[in-house]
Amino acid sequence: MFHLILFLFFGAICVAGAVNLLVQSHPINSALSLIAVMASLAAEYLLLGAEFVAAVQVIVYAGAIMVLFVITIMLLNAGKEERTKGSRVAILIGVPGVLIGGVLVAWTLLHRSDMQSVPIGALRGDPRAIARLLFHQFLLPFEVTSVLILIAIMGAVVLASPPGAVARGPRKDEG
Amino acid sequence: MVPLSYYLLLSGILFVCGVLGFLIKRNIITIFMSIELMLNGVNLSFVAFAAHWHALSGQVFVFFVMVVAAAEAAVGLAIIIAVYRTRETLNVDRVNLLKL
Repeated sequence: MFHLILFLFFGAICVAGAVNLLVQSHPINSALSLIAVMASLAAEYLLLGAEFVAAVQVIVYAGAIMVLFVITIMLLNAGKEERTKGSRVAILIGVPGVLIGGVLVAWTLLHRSDMQSVPIGALRGDPRAIARLLFHQFLLPFEVTSVLILIAIMGAVVLASPPGAVARGPRKDEG
Repeated sequence: MVPLSYYLLLSGILFVCGVLGFLIKRNIITIFMSIELMLNGVNLSFVAFAAHWHALSGQVFVFFVMVVAAAEAAVGLAIIIAVYRTRETLNVDRVNLLKL
């Protein structure tokens, strides 16, 4: 019962944040509501027993990635979004299509009778067990993701620097 | 005790909100945040299924999704900065050429 109340509380915050992201017209408000969604999702992970995933969710997602978003919004001085002809077409076609798809998924999920209940803290994902899995069974994917993130960092530096800055190299007067 | 379908329903709602934001939003940064919302919805179903099947590998895959999301955010935001530098707009309707 207590588990259900906690699930509904944080789930309500999640859904409210997601809807607020759609409703707000200024991107900084959308970013802040996305942070609320991510923080309450971390609480849902804790309810499922995935404590390490919850910590990483707060540190990496709500911390690092969203800071990147907020800094970009402030750097580009993004204002209110303007309504154009394309947005009306997208609303007319997008909203009914997505709602039909969502109702179909919800109907299928709720009418499956073989879904069992998950007790609180069902599977303890402590760092020791996760590290053992990550560095034995998933060692190759782990190394591949480290290469991926290295390439992504280099690509971000090349793309975000002003045109010609990378090819020109460091300025003479700095060294 | 919470049924597994409730967790999957919450993850489905988050995913649908992400798809809706991707379709109806015109600001390129908000579209990007909708993609992050979709990835979060998928992560929740990964963790819920891991608890359901008692398989810890579901939680390990959440980390891989997070790494991909971080790489995507870094490269995507750099592309947004490059687009803004040449076009001076964040509206996707006004960005209709790949050429810088």
